[in-house]
Amino acid sequence: MRLVLDDEQRAFTGALEKMLAGADTPSVVREWSHGAHGSGRALWGRLAAAGVFALAAPEEYGGFGVRPVELALAFMALGRHVVPGPLVETVAAAVLLPTPNLVKRLVSGETLATVAYGGPYALDGDAADLRLVLAPGGLHTATGHGPVRPSLDPARRLTTLTPGDLLTTEPPLAQALLLARLTTAAQALGVGLALLDRTVSYVRQRTQFGVPVGSFQAVKHQLADARTALEFARPLVLAAALTLDPADVAAAKVTACEAAYATARTALQLHGAIGYTAEYDLSLWLTKARALRTAWGSPEECRDTVLLSAGDPHC
Amino acid sequence: MDLAFTPGEQAFREEAGAWLAAHVPAAPLPSLETAEGFAAHRAWEAELAADRWSVVDWPAAYGGRDAGLVRWLLFEEEYWAAGAPGRVGQNGISLLAPTLFDHGTEEQRARVLPPMARGEVVWAQAWSEPEAGSDLASLRSKAVRTDGGWLLSGQKTWSSRAAFADRAFGLFRSDPDTPKPHQGLTYLMFDLRAPGVTVRPIARLDGKPAFAELFLDEVFVPDADVIGEPGQGWRIAMAATGNERGLTLRSPGRYLAAADRLHALWRGQGSPDALRTRVADALIGARAYQLFTYTAASRFLDGAPLGPESSLNKVFWSEYDIALTETALDLLGAEGELADTEWAERYVFALAGPIYAGTNEIQRDIIAERLLGLPKGRR
Repeated sequence: MRLVLDDEQRAFTGALEKMLAGADTPSVVREWSHGAHGSGRALWGRLAAAGVFALAAPEEYGGFGVRPVELALAFMALGRHVVPGPLVETVAAAVLLPTPNLVKRLVSGETLATVAYGGPYALDGDAADLRLVLAPGGLHTATGHGPVRPSLDPARRLTTLTPGDLLTTEPPLAQALLLARLTTAAQALGVGLALLDRTVSYVRQRTQFGVPVGSFQAVKHQLADARTALEFARPLVLAAALTLDPADVAAAKVTACEAAYATARTALQLHGAIGYTAEYDLSLWLTKARALRTAWGSPEECRDTVLLSAGDPHC
Repeated sequence: MDLAFTPGEQAFREEAGAWLAAHVPAAPLPSLETAEGFAAHRAWEAELAADRWSVVDWPAAYGGRDAGLVRWLLFEEEYWAAGAPGRVGQNGISLLAPTLFDHGTEEQRARVLPPMARGEVVWAQAWSEPEAGSDLASLRSKAVRTDGGWLLSGQKTWSSRAAFADRAFGLFRSDPDTPKPHQGLTYLMFDLRAPGVTVRPIARLDGKPAFAELFLDEVFVPDADVIGEPGQGWRIAMAATGNERGLTLRSPGRYLAAADRLHALWRGQGSPDALRTRVADALIGARAYQLFTYTAASRFLDGAPLGPESSLNKVFWSEYDIALTETALDLLGAEGELADTEWAERYVFALAGPIYAGTNEIQRDIIAERLLGLPKGRR
């Protein structure tokens, strides 16, 4: 038992974080929110070059073999930097697709995929090159997409899809859903950690009554609670990646999303009015924390998964 | 990174599980906060110790198995899953013993630890005073130099287990003229039945004498019962409270077992929808606490000291424990009001969690100032 990152994992995360920190992701998000995908696609190519999508694809399809732990680490970084686009959906597609050529194009970053599953909307149907629908009969492609509906997170552009050609009747649904849920959890954790960092920086420099507001106990304790919630979500996410046990993945999803959302509420409150503006970059993380809660498994669906499997031995 | 245990660790877990299955009393012992229950729990400590299961992580020389942190965690998971009794020796085992390992002499370890491991000497703590709670460094009970030792005078309070315990350990002001309050303190051990000691039990919320006030009037303590250097008590005690907040006070096994029992209770009541979320959160919280502890243990084994991260732990388990036991009482409906049930006992015990071992307000200050780097301010 050793539940800490090894040197290689630390190096991978460090390199990805460094690349993203230099990519001015807030500008990319704002363009993406207006349907201008150029800078987002350029960043997508750099993510592919860093190996992010290869972590979800088998070696014979150009990937590294499915590597859930590294995927979780990558998605924590993507969340920290609010990278836009159908990231989770592309991971799910890489697992679902039976056709090597399509998967190779996902791995190389040439193709962005989205997937509709369990609800009417697919993320970024307008930006995706490959639109998939998971319906009871199997995995279908969709030719076009419905009009873009705005999400509470302006960076998430939702569209309906209509199932077209059947690709396969028996896609590896369970595996795809587990990885989608895991990467959403990891992304939410990254969003929460970034919200905490930004808010800590803000309350250290914002002064009222002649002192930093971060010296007030009422402020400190809210941030202490946010840190506690996030630090208890982190090992759940890593362990879920190690076991891929449905209960662990569901527990990670609900805990990471609730911790990130609670941190968003705290971040908004402690920033005050400036945090309530669309113009201030904090909004990019605040709105995503809300949207990720219900993506790929609502809190109550996740809790039901945990309750169903309780009583079975872990590990 | 992996979550697998070695064959040796698994064999250890199985050995512990088999021993517990053969020895755990079929019926729960009476509450350890009563004279009868205290005696029964003391006898259980002796039974554990007879087969070297009372302090598995200690060196064999003092009654342990040199098991190390990972095996200790596995033992605890088996222990609580087996429904074994609460540990009456907990204060000594998790607070005084680590202090003696780090700061005591070989003579002190050889004299104090084996009877502690066997439950023959049960220890209480003597930190808080009527005017010194969260601001512990302002304590006023004094230790005055005398021939061959020290004379302790003053008043200690909220001393858990002291109503029935044998000895106590705590901090005393040995030098009244230091520039700062946390200087001039000395860490001492003393006999609760020594001349000059008056123990006044205090009834907790449910009326049981779970703690006590201690009145000390020139109680003689020999030099042999001073831990570390006189005047260095604050530093030594803080190392122990770091330990208390960290890994050893509340093991994950305790909450994994409690969450499983809560889940069984919920199912037994027909899985009521109204409490679904809270039962699920209890299961999830126990797993989160287990994995957080595994991470902390992994770091510790890599040589990183337990630091202010232990405050995250304290806030989490103390609030988790209340939420879990409240959910159980709510599930029980009208039966949940009864005081003479195991869940009620657990609930009353849990209510104290956010107050002792450093209040959760102090823990949140530590998280904010030492982990997040926020400026110090008025408390």
